[in-house]
Amino acid sequence: MTALLHVDNISKRFGGFVALDGIDLEVEPGERVGLIGPNGSGKSTLVNCICGTLQNETGSVHFDGRTMDGLAAHERTHRGLARSFQLPRPFHSMSLADNLRIPLLYTVHARSGPLRSAADIETRCGELLKMVGLDNKARRRPRDLTQVEMRKLELARAMAAEPKLLIADESMAGLSHSEIEDILTLLKQLSERGITIILIEHIMSAVMSFSQRLAVLVSGKKIADGKPEDVVRDPEVVRAYLGQ
Amino acid sequence: MAAVGLAVMALAHWLSVDYFYFAAYTILQFIVLSTAWNILGGYCGYVNFGTAAFFALGAYSTVFWHKFFPMPIPVLIVLGAVVSGIVGLGMGYLTLRLRGAFFSIATLAMAVVFQTLVVNWDFVGGSRGAYIIHPENSEFAGISVHYIEYLFMLMLALALIALVTARTIERSQLGYGFATIRDDELAAEACGVPTLRLKLIATTLSGAFMGMAGAPFPYYIGYLQPQSAFALDYAVNSIAMPMIGGTQTWVGPLIGAIVLGSAQQYATVTISSAANLLIVGLMLVAFVIIAPNGLLGLFEQIRARKKP
Repeated sequence: MTALLHVDNISKRFGGFVALDGIDLEVEPGERVGLIGPNGSGKSTLVNCICGTLQNETGSVHFDGRTMDGLAAHERTHRGLARSFQLPRPFHSMSLADNLRIPLLYTVHARSGPLRSAADIETRCGELLKMVGLDNKARRRPRDLTQVEMRKLELARAMAAEPKLLIADESMAGLSHSEIEDILTLLKQLSERGITIILIEHIMSAVMSFSQRLAVLVSGKKIADGKPEDVVRDPEVVRAYLGQ
Repeated sequence: MAAVGLAVMALAHWLSVDYFYFAAYTILQFIVLSTAWNILGGYCGYVNFGTAAFFALGAYSTVFWHKFFPMPIPVLIVLGAVVSGIVGLGMGYLTLRLRGAFFSIATLAMAVVFQTLVVNWDFVGGSRGAYIIHPENSEFAGISVHYIEYLFMLMLALALIALVTARTIERSQLGYGFATIRDDELAAEACGVPTLRLKLIATTLSGAFMGMAGAPFPYYIGYLQPQSAFALDYAVNSIAMPMIGGTQTWVGPLIGAIVLGSAQQYATVTISSAANLLIVGLMLVAFVIIAPNGLLGLFEQIRARKKP
């Protein structure tokens, strides 16, 4: 069994506060994993430790058969790990097309050599914008976008790096029902292309329809991991979400 | 751009007024300084208050070599650039983990440290300053030209090099990388941009160009003392000029340096040399309020408004 992502006993503390306490997580190639947990349970911290934005104190992360320990965030992106941010963080001074150009220039180039010509990059930006339905706004700035369009841009930019694993950090929070459907369809399309996806989400209907497996974090500990329908019936999970 | 340079040179030679050279040299020097500042400040968004230190290091590197082993000025310019570039790299390594105001304060502190070092270093004149006697005339391409004209031509060449470099960066992969650092470093890393390496490239380049601008300065002024080399004017001007012109493109610092530099020269002649910084201050305040994106931003705004 060769997992794509292998998180082993990761811990992270901020001062006296233990944000992550010995987390283990394995993700198989092509899998769709949901990661849930109440606010402040450490979901985003875990993502940050996996992606190299934060350095974990103990434990290690293996990705695609190699260790990621000690690598900077950009090096992990080069290895094939992409993320979207909980609050969209577009490059404000650039057009949408240029936003997508960055990972193409810096990650796809770095990985496979400068094979792409300027025209290729242009075409690829167009394709990615088309995939998320923003192709008619290629020359606009991020500030002209609505909330859901911003989330789509965020996903498109993560996809531009041609990742093996995509971590979508609450890409649906604050969206309407139809907008959530939009994003879910998009994520499912990506999954069908063979991309492994970890979905971090509060909206249970979305997580349940998307995930093949569900992991639950509570107060920095993983309390459940398994089939979604089993996990939501787990008494411990119910207690964490609904109280005693 | 080279054609414009040649035209300025021809015009200057035809006018053949020494004062023109003195004034134009200063403006060109500020074009180099503000372009250099903009590589780090405008493109990457890191505000450097230590311009004077890099400038002075270039100048004092010249004083050192002048006493130790005299060489032609173009060589001294390269050496000044190397010294300031290395210091820029070192400063970047030590301070780039700081952000915003903290980075700026660190650069300011660095300028004070270097000034103290120079004041206490006797070989380069210490607090007394150093005299640099330059010949009346110099050979340039086989023709004997007035020395100030020679310095002017050198500075013109430096300004062209700085502007061409800035323009090239802007349209390259490096320029896109710099812009991501200005916009959002975390997102930049997530897109695979090696932010620390790019910031070090920016501090090194920026420092090297400032050193380049400072290297011929002792020959221009004839007597170099720490107060004039580390003057506040350099730090303030090299921030104000790109701000007034516009920080997002290479044209901004050029316009800012010409507008502000000319205004200062005019004020020096007509009012008094003390009016210099007053003008900078007033213009900076005015621009921050009226046109926060500089003259270029103002033009763009007007153009956008005309187009419905």
